[in-house]
Amino acid sequence: MKQTSLFDAWRAMVARDLTLAMRRRADVLTTLFFFIIVVSLFPLGVSPELAVLREIAPGVIWVAALLASMLSLGRLFADDYQDGSLEQMLLLPQPLSVLVLGKVLAHWLVSGVPLVLLSPLLGMQLGLDGDAIVLLMLTLLLGTPVLSLIGSVGAALTLGVRGGGVLVSLLVLPLYIPVLIFGTGAVDAAISGMAFDGQLSLLGAFLVLAILLTPLATSAALRISAE
Amino acid sequence: MLFKNSIAWYYFSSPKNFYPLAGRLIPWFWAVSIVLMVVGLYMSFFVAPTDYKQGESYRIIFIHVPAAWMSMLIYLVMAGYAIIGMAWKVRLAEMMASALAPTGAMFTFIALWTGAFWGKPTWGTYWVWDARLTSELILLFLYIGYISLQSAIDDPRRASRASALLAIVGVINLPVIYFSVKWWNTLHQGASVSPTMAPKMATIMLTAMLIMTIAFWMYTIAVVLMRVRRTILERERQTVWVKELVTDLAGERQ
Repeated sequence: MKQTSLFDAWRAMVARDLTLAMRRRADVLTTLFFFIIVVSLFPLGVSPELAVLREIAPGVIWVAALLASMLSLGRLFADDYQDGSLEQMLLLPQPLSVLVLGKVLAHWLVSGVPLVLLSPLLGMQLGLDGDAIVLLMLTLLLGTPVLSLIGSVGAALTLGVRGGGVLVSLLVLPLYIPVLIFGTGAVDAAISGMAFDGQLSLLGAFLVLAILLTPLATSAALRISAE
Repeated sequence: MLFKNSIAWYYFSSPKNFYPLAGRLIPWFWAVSIVLMVVGLYMSFFVAPTDYKQGESYRIIFIHVPAAWMSMLIYLVMAGYAIIGMAWKVRLAEMMASALAPTGAMFTFIALWTGAFWGKPTWGTYWVWDARLTSELILLFLYIGYISLQSAIDDPRRASRASALLAIVGVINLPVIYFSVKWWNTLHQGASVSPTMAPKMATIMLTAMLIMTIAFWMYTIAVVLMRVRRTILERERQTVWVKELVTDLAGERQ
């Protein structure tokens, strides 16, 4: 019997999860609408003044993205855990962390990328100008995969735990904070005309570190959960 | 000598042998802790001179700084035990990790609380979103997350392994807290004491602070040993030696 290569297994995992997500488009759209609604609450709740909104826009959009990507974490492993396919994945000859990376990539394509694509519209609504919007998109593009990667550890740890949905926010949000600080920091710096490449480099460094380390932690957590 | 020591490590890594050892050690750690705390508090309130810039309000440093140090140190030790527990499946290490968390959370809370009290007279505000304060707050969240994850999982083995993994992941935050005052030049003053530089404070102040730190340290060990003894009894309740111990105790009470 021919052994499936690592890359083929990884690609099959991504394709499988994308297919599953496309079969349930409502889940994807819920996250997206959640993102839009949370951002829209701020003009209503804080102030409709564009000067105020422009000031808080990067933070508001980033926090909303954080909450939205956390909301979709439940989907990452829960279905596979319930129908037993997770146990099959644990038994595969390919290293689990590579498969996890595939699942997280699919999750990010479905829940992170739409947020990035939608952010210019929301940025415009909150009065950001062209350069700031481009930078906001760039920070989200670098930051949202980190959110998915860190979130996968939390999602794996809380599999089958009572109150898992609330617990995951407690575990994951503290670890999201550095991403939030540097993501909004870059846009804020750009708005006030200062250099922002430092923050972007740090976001990139977070991404590299997260790609290297979180799949290992997630697969260890999955093995603990599936015991 | 080394060989003999390693045998002792193995011997005491069994909960059955560790339980009586911890019981013998606890009173000593309590005694040292209380003596040092009395000496340290006396020095900090009556011996240490008034600060030329901050007046009397600086005296909270003698609680604030040791508590902040302990909050980070305990997390580091907890993560260390978590690694030992995961790598070599040492039950005692898992129990030690979970016993450390409540005390760590307490010291983090004390550091934040006393920091707020110190902030009011010196900065004119209880709280600012400064890098060090925020990262210390994250540390508190990490401790709370660790404790909640552990209490949310019913199976104790799975609970301690899952929370151990969380503790290891959270270690990333420690360098951020430690270097936050250097990386971001914000309101919180820089470290007054550093291993590489001569201390920027009077010797008497430094001595009092170090005495308080050791007192807190001994307190932590005493409390953690007490907590781990309780956990041992709870988790090993099906074993013969715990049953015998409990029946002996019940017999003595009658």
